[in-house]
Amino acid sequence: MTQRKIRVLVGKPGLDGHDRGAKVVAAALRDRGMEVIYTGLHRTPEQIVDAAEQEDVDVVGLSILSGSHMELLPRVLRLLRQRGMQRVLLVGGGIIPDEDAAALRDDGFARIFGPGATTAEIADFIEQNIPLER
Amino acid sequence: MGPADPALAELLARFRAGGVGALARAISWAEDGHPSVAALLEALHGETGNAWRTGITGPPGAGKSTLVDGLARHWVADGRCLGLLAVDPSSPFTGGALLGDRVRMDRSTGEGVFVRSMASRGSLGGLSLATGAAADLMDAFGFDELLLETVGVGQAEIDVAAAADTTVVVLTPASGDGIQAMKAGLMEAADLFVVNKADTAGAERLANELEMTLELRPSGAPRPPVLRCVARDDQGVAELAAAIEARREDDRASGRLDRRRQARDLARVRRVFSESLRARLWDGDGLQDRAREALAAGERPDSVALKLAARVLQRLQERAS
Repeated sequence: MTQRKIRVLVGKPGLDGHDRGAKVVAAALRDRGMEVIYTGLHRTPEQIVDAAEQEDVDVVGLSILSGSHMELLPRVLRLLRQRGMQRVLLVGGGIIPDEDAAALRDDGFARIFGPGATTAEIADFIEQNIPLER
Repeated sequence: MGPADPALAELLARFRAGGVGALARAISWAEDGHPSVAALLEALHGETGNAWRTGITGPPGAGKSTLVDGLARHWVADGRCLGLLAVDPSSPFTGGALLGDRVRMDRSTGEGVFVRSMASRGSLGGLSLATGAAADLMDAFGFDELLLETVGVGQAEIDVAAAADTTVVVLTPASGDGIQAMKAGLMEAADLFVVNKADTAGAERLANELEMTLELRPSGAPRPPVLRCVARDDQGVAELAAAIEARREDDRASGRLDRRRQARDLARVRRVFSESLRARLWDGDGLQDRAREALAAGERPDSVALKLAARVLQRLQERAS
């Protein structure tokens, strides 16, 4: 009798100190019945991917407001692939210009949520897009 | 099922090769009740028993995670590898959980440390039902030290004492006075007490009251030491590690460890037994519906429960004869 819970890692890569958005999203996903692991601030891509591996998550969500998203987000993606975690649904959010968001999606991010995205939209997207088998 | 499951053989191979991802997936199997988890635990059973399990419990905000972070760093600096299971509560309303222990683990993650956050998933004793199995998996993986951190507990959630070799109860001056320490339950489960935030007002008084209360205990059993710590500043962490190790030597030499582990196995059998019976009968066999009908007909809850239990037993006897 398998009862899988959706497990989500919410991470804050890099040096920005603003995590209100990440916490709002984490609380909303919790209220949707997901198990949300929050990493805390100032994590390196390596720390985030270590945590994702140990926690065996279905989803990694990265919140970044510092402007270094084109540096840090692709790095998380590459590390996940190197560790064999291709099936993890990878999403991002924060202050990310449209052309950068498009480039990140081309790279392999499932979705980039910008300002104005509702928490319901994010939770719906995750529920509809996590892999059934892993 | 069994060795016929190709996913099991594949996972076991990666697990035995030291794959962190395989350990993580194995714990998920235990949490989710994967059909092959029993076979996995069976295959690894002979490889368990080498890790020391230290339980860390206490009320919310006492500083458990910060203390665990300090202990982890202390042991890693000593060349040991370490696994941590950190349990946080699941919502009884939505089933969701926010697992925040990693926020305080910023100094100790990295080489030689494996951290797994677990949601309590409806279990009310401070751990989750899968904690025992997850600890066995980490033990078999080869960690020297295991830390089991409970949800913030009140007075009676003592699952951790049954799951750990050594139980550390963390208190602060905000936890109440010495009378709280005389109550049954959690306080009796401690092998070691930590008065954390020892630099705050009332800490020394609490520590003294604890020591006085412990003197009232019957002689024979070892008296739990009371340590003063300021986990945030790493004060007292080395002393705590030394106290855990002293207790461990003593428990090994006196045979207390063997008795404890036997009691732990028995408690786990009881727990898994009642959980599987409940799942089978209550959810699967329609007892829940029958209970609803009886209640709707105006029967008293206790008598409904006893009647249902009597009926199940009667059916079993009929089948046996």
